[in-house]
Amino acid sequence: MKAVAMPTVSRVAVCGGTHGNELAGVYLVRERLKRRADGTEPVSVVTVMSNPRAVQLCVRYVETDLNRCFTRATLSAPVSETSPYEMIRSQELNALLGPKGSAQAVDLLCDLHNTTANTGLCLITYSDCDWICLHICKHLQREMASTPVRYVHFDIPLNEAYSLDSVGKHGFAMEIGPQPHSVVRSVIFSAMQEGVQLMMDWICLFNSGTLFEGGWVDVYTMVKNIDYPRDSETHVITAAVHPNLQDRDFCLLHPGDPMFLSSSGETLRYKGKEALYPFFINEGAYYEKGIALSLARKRRVEIPSVRSETLR
Amino acid sequence: MSCHTSPYVSKGLLCLVQFHSVRLLGGKQLEEGVKQHYFCIEKIKMALVFLPALARMAVCGGTHGNELSGVYVVQEMERQWKEKGECAWPIPVTTVLSNPRAVKECRRYIEKDMNRCFNRATLSSPITDSSPYEVLRAHELNNLLGPKGSTDAIDLICDLHNTTANMGLTLIHYTTSDWVTLHICKYLQTKLTKVPVRVLVLDVPISDAYSLESVSKHGFSIEVGPQPHGVVRADIYTIMKEAVDLTIDWIHKFSSGMVFEGGDVEAFRFIKSVDYPRDPETRTLTAAIHPQLQDRDFCLLKRGDPLFLSFSGETVKYEEEEPLHPFFINEAAYYEKEIAFHLGKKMMLTIPSVQVQKD
Repeated sequence: MKAVAMPTVSRVAVCGGTHGNELAGVYLVRERLKRRADGTEPVSVVTVMSNPRAVQLCVRYVETDLNRCFTRATLSAPVSETSPYEMIRSQELNALLGPKGSAQAVDLLCDLHNTTANTGLCLITYSDCDWICLHICKHLQREMASTPVRYVHFDIPLNEAYSLDSVGKHGFAMEIGPQPHSVVRSVIFSAMQEGVQLMMDWICLFNSGTLFEGGWVDVYTMVKNIDYPRDSETHVITAAVHPNLQDRDFCLLHPGDPMFLSSSGETLRYKGKEALYPFFINEGAYYEKGIALSLARKRRVEIPSVRSETLR
Repeated sequence: MSCHTSPYVSKGLLCLVQFHSVRLLGGKQLEEGVKQHYFCIEKIKMALVFLPALARMAVCGGTHGNELSGVYVVQEMERQWKEKGECAWPIPVTTVLSNPRAVKECRRYIEKDMNRCFNRATLSSPITDSSPYEVLRAHELNNLLGPKGSTDAIDLICDLHNTTANMGLTLIHYTTSDWVTLHICKYLQTKLTKVPVRVLVLDVPISDAYSLESVSKHGFSIEVGPQPHGVVRADIYTIMKEAVDLTIDWIHKFSSGMVFEGGDVEAFRFIKSVDYPRDPETRTLTAAIHPQLQDRDFCLLKRGDPLFLSFSGETVKYEEEEPLHPFFINEAAYYEKEIAFHLGKKMMLTIPSVQVQKD
């Protein structure tokens, strides 16, 4: 592939507490806000606590999930005092870091999240050809020795993209698990701190004209979600993720493999025809969304060499 | 309860059995009695104590609405009862969803932690329209399963909990001298081999005891971790279900006249709690549990061992002289209670052989 010249990544946003009980991001944002910028940083970074009320209460959200409020429809809907708090907040964040889709939007938005699933570190984006995001992923994979790093892609057009990271010109959620909600685990905090630092290092190198060699990145593209078995009348969950599947995010799931174990001891198996990669297995916040796990296809994506545009 | 005149019962042990009946009325006499008769330990081991039958037990889940294993165990037991009626279990069992509103919203509690509402003060204070939901519910449960301290109270409450801490299966109760509860603990330790089974004693007088299991004549909590709140893991559910089934099994065997041999039970006694380092103004955490302490519940903590790693990279160490055992390390619900972990002392409890009293 031919080398690609891309605009510098001059303005970066680091956001935490988009879900108020995902604490590694909350504490990382607090640390960053304590260390005030002294003007010598090579990149302009804005650090934001996305959902302060939810953080204060240590809940995922107060009225509605903030990270589903960034579709074009929600961002342009009229708001009043009676609108849900998170809807008002999403429009504030869009004004601060966007507007989404415009030339004023930050160049890169990194949104920090935790999951109860055993995902390691994932960069989750809406594009499988955003070379900046893919190169950052490759850099983290190279430099992070003890944490698996993966690239997860949701194939959704920008207008319908619903999460905060879609506000930046480039953006991703940096998701790290497993960590229970409302808990901060030291190794998870450190991994997130390292991930953000490596991202900043890459951006500085990129902006100063470094050529990053192309190569290949495994991309996991989300295909579908699977819900828990539920009682037909009460809708109550009747089985848990099977012990053979629990904690095995990104391990290939074959047709016939165990998926769920009912309270009465019965095994339910994967009935799909295609072997797929499960992830977000048993994420606590997804019970109410009707998701036990998500399934993805993996493919190798070739990425070109990249260099920033300002230096030829 | 009468003092049985068995040839095995020495004078010292007879006093202990008498004190055991005093316990049902509450009071500190039992603690003094145990201290005075420590020399009877060897005689205790060889003796056989006759105890009243256990007519009925209660299995309670969802006392904290987001601790899901107990919610699903109770749900499954209710399904079994619908299918088989009284034949579902070999002994009479009542199943209770303790805090239904919190379960519905998948939260620990709605207004107040229900598992702090069962002390005498709360149970005896009048209910008004502005009483928190959980206080109302505690009164209801005390009527259903108690009243606490009376002879009408149900014989055994088994209250099901989860923790984000790596505690395996921990059996928690108030006193060191309830032979029934300790024998059940010993039985579970013998039968459950895939998970560490530990006994935790809080050493609080019954009237001050604030949790649900203090309502019954004998009671304990089954705490299983690690599991995130709001999540149900199949492996954790299976452990809890097995512990409940074994408890029912013990009671059935005990009621049928089986002798359970005495011996030593290793237990941990709660000593104190340690909070996180906090910012003096905002009270937010400035450090997390150190990676070398995280997940090492019940290890021995010695002077100089790391406790916390601050977000800016400094290590805070354990400065006390006395080595103690930490547990409930990094329990999510304890951040607001200002507890990073508890510390306990290991001890050996000696229990006599027991058999059900024949009428």
